[in-house]
Amino acid sequence: MNLALSDEQEFLREAARGALSRFKTLEAAREALDGDESALPDLWPMAREAGWPGLLIDEDHGGAGLDAFDAMLVLGECGRVLAGIPLLGHLPATAILSDAPNAASLLEALATGERRAAYLPACPPSDLDPRWTVDPAAGSRRLEAPTVVGEGDQARVSGELAWVPDAPGAEVLVGIALRDGRPVGVAVEADAPGVSLEETRRYDATRSLAHVTLKDAPATVLDAPESSLTAAWHLAQALIAAESIGSVETALDVSVAYAKERHTFGRAIGSYQAVKHSLTEVLRQLENGRSLLYYAGWARVGAPGEFPLAASAARSVAGRALDQAARTMISVHGGIGATWEHDAPLYFRRAQLSRRLLGGTVAATDRVAGELIAQADAA
Amino acid sequence: MDLDDTPEQAAYRAQVRSWLEEHKSEAPVLNGPGALEDEAEIIAARRAWQGKLAEAGLAGVTWPREYGGQGLGPIEQVICNQEIARAKVPGILDAIGVGMLGPTIIAHGSDEQKSRYLGSMLHGDEVWCQLFSEPAAGSDLAAVQARARLQDDGGWRLTGQKVWTTNAQFASYGLLLARTDADVPKHKGLTMFIVPMDAEGVTVRGLRQISGEAEFNEVFFDDVALDSNAVVGGVGNGWGTALTTLMYERVTIGLGGEGMGYNSTRFALAIARDEHARGDAEVRHQLGEISSELLAVRFTGYRTLTALQKGQIPGPEAGLAKVTIVNGAVKAGDLIADVLGPDALSEDSEWAYMISFLPGLKSAGGTEEILRNTVGERVLGLPPEPRLDKGIPFSELRSKEGAPA
Repeated sequence: MNLALSDEQEFLREAARGALSRFKTLEAAREALDGDESALPDLWPMAREAGWPGLLIDEDHGGAGLDAFDAMLVLGECGRVLAGIPLLGHLPATAILSDAPNAASLLEALATGERRAAYLPACPPSDLDPRWTVDPAAGSRRLEAPTVVGEGDQARVSGELAWVPDAPGAEVLVGIALRDGRPVGVAVEADAPGVSLEETRRYDATRSLAHVTLKDAPATVLDAPESSLTAAWHLAQALIAAESIGSVETALDVSVAYAKERHTFGRAIGSYQAVKHSLTEVLRQLENGRSLLYYAGWARVGAPGEFPLAASAARSVAGRALDQAARTMISVHGGIGATWEHDAPLYFRRAQLSRRLLGGTVAATDRVAGELIAQADAA
Repeated sequence: MDLDDTPEQAAYRAQVRSWLEEHKSEAPVLNGPGALEDEAEIIAARRAWQGKLAEAGLAGVTWPREYGGQGLGPIEQVICNQEIARAKVPGILDAIGVGMLGPTIIAHGSDEQKSRYLGSMLHGDEVWCQLFSEPAAGSDLAAVQARARLQDDGGWRLTGQKVWTTNAQFASYGLLLARTDADVPKHKGLTMFIVPMDAEGVTVRGLRQISGEAEFNEVFFDDVALDSNAVVGGVGNGWGTALTTLMYERVTIGLGGEGMGYNSTRFALAIARDEHARGDAEVRHQLGEISSELLAVRFTGYRTLTALQKGQIPGPEAGLAKVTIVNGAVKAGDLIADVLGPDALSEDSEWAYMISFLPGLKSAGGTEEILRNTVGERVLGLPPEPRLDKGIPFSELRSKEGAPA
């Protein structure tokens, strides 16, 4: 039994915290909301220097050969300071490509970060919905995943996906497409004919998104196994969960610090049970979220069959924890917490958008139920 | 990161497992066909079984060898618990004695007390109970009013009432926190005693709860005579001694985790059996939320184990896992009753029993409110509430509250 971080993992986390501290990410997030997106620092060179683009690519192909849990540690640090680094899109894409022998030639440039990939998120079937689906531009009706015709590097992909994280600026788009209803992995060059991206930001300026349209776009069919395509979705869930938990950490730290220094009626507000208990509720949800990150990290390697359950549970708890943390951060600070100049609204905006991306926390919560019902049926 | 045993742990597990394989037919049957029904028979059988476990080294795993234990760590204790659960046999009867009270006596007791009480406690020959809480002292435990007065012969006379006492109806001894000096501030005037439960003046009464069953007792002490050697840890040091017990209680809760049967697998099974509910979005959403948190607690337990393995003592944050488990189970019971309808509330239903048991469990081992205070102050470092009892002699405090000391 050992769920402690290794020395290397401690170092990875500390190094990430140190590297990110050199940037004024929160100030930039606020300025970008005011329309000055040029205020957002380009953090990709720093990520490259740190070796993060190649975290999940093996050493033979220039990567670090680390596991999902290590990537989650880095995402957690990004979440602490709301850093907009396009790892949420890049890392699941590299995970699929790493499992596809015919994509090996792509890996080296992606590992160094010379080129950037974005994952085209597609939700695997659940016990209620047998389809592979993607997020729609609006509404609750999920869209069928893209389709593919043709073989090998002569294939063509068509379909639409909305709210794709980190797609703007990515050179390679990696996801799944359906052939006769079965999913295959596909890689599409972003500048290929038939590929169009509508860049968008929504509510949280740190998050780069795009609606992606593929019309007979030339693609390479990847020989990655279906299990890898399924796992990529859950990996993305685990990563956004880790990022959210990082944001919860900061929101709680800032709130606790304020509750110790702000006085009313002659005493620090943190001494009042009403305030103290709301902060311990954030801590409770934070600890639960952290424990589930360990579960997801362990399952990814040690029990892949449980990875969908673990990653979905982590996403579910982390999403709620971030909502709770951001709302508590605002309320503990009183009216000032709801003003533009304060950092609390930035975490609140992050919470609002994050909870709706990649299928949303509601879908992740439903999958927890579905996985457990399937387990009960099998027992 | 792994959940595997080290080679030493695996060897220990194999040794425990093989003993259980060989002896599990000797264990009392408590459920299913052939189960014992008579209360006295059950207790007798479980005491005998505890004795066998103790002789095999499967009780008191973390106790020092000189007191009959195995001198092993908390991981071995957990392995032992896991194997006992796996073998589907009962654990020791006196988990409170062996888990919390014995270690307190080991830490604070005299040599005479250790040699007199520990062996028979470990083997189940004498069962113990914890006599701390009172009707007016729970969250504020240092407010206990049970009064022990020193006699001229060096002995004591004890009068008062304790409550929420598990196992008191068949316990031989109790570890009791009493006030011995009311004229000093409340944490200072306390002393810990060993009380023979068959002493004259001790009355045990079952305390029925919502389910109708008596899980606990209330215990009355009417001028009970105690010897001078009944004191554990010195006169006036009762609070420090009690803190040791409470620390072991936290460890027990931290390692207990899902031991109470409140886990996602069990709840999901109830929902999965209902053809309609298993496809209902709202039911699934609630099941998903509840289960995610209960799964988290399982891994919080593994994190606690990792910390214990490194020699760290679990802090008050372990209490948050209890909050999650109890509140998760409350929600699960509500969801399952919504799905099953009044049938879930049949007297013989496992769900009716759970639904009845949980409101009380919310306060057991510390109310949710006091746990959140402690965690807020000790983990988050938030300032305490201003206190009105600091430095004030207990007798004055009581008169301020409008009651005689």
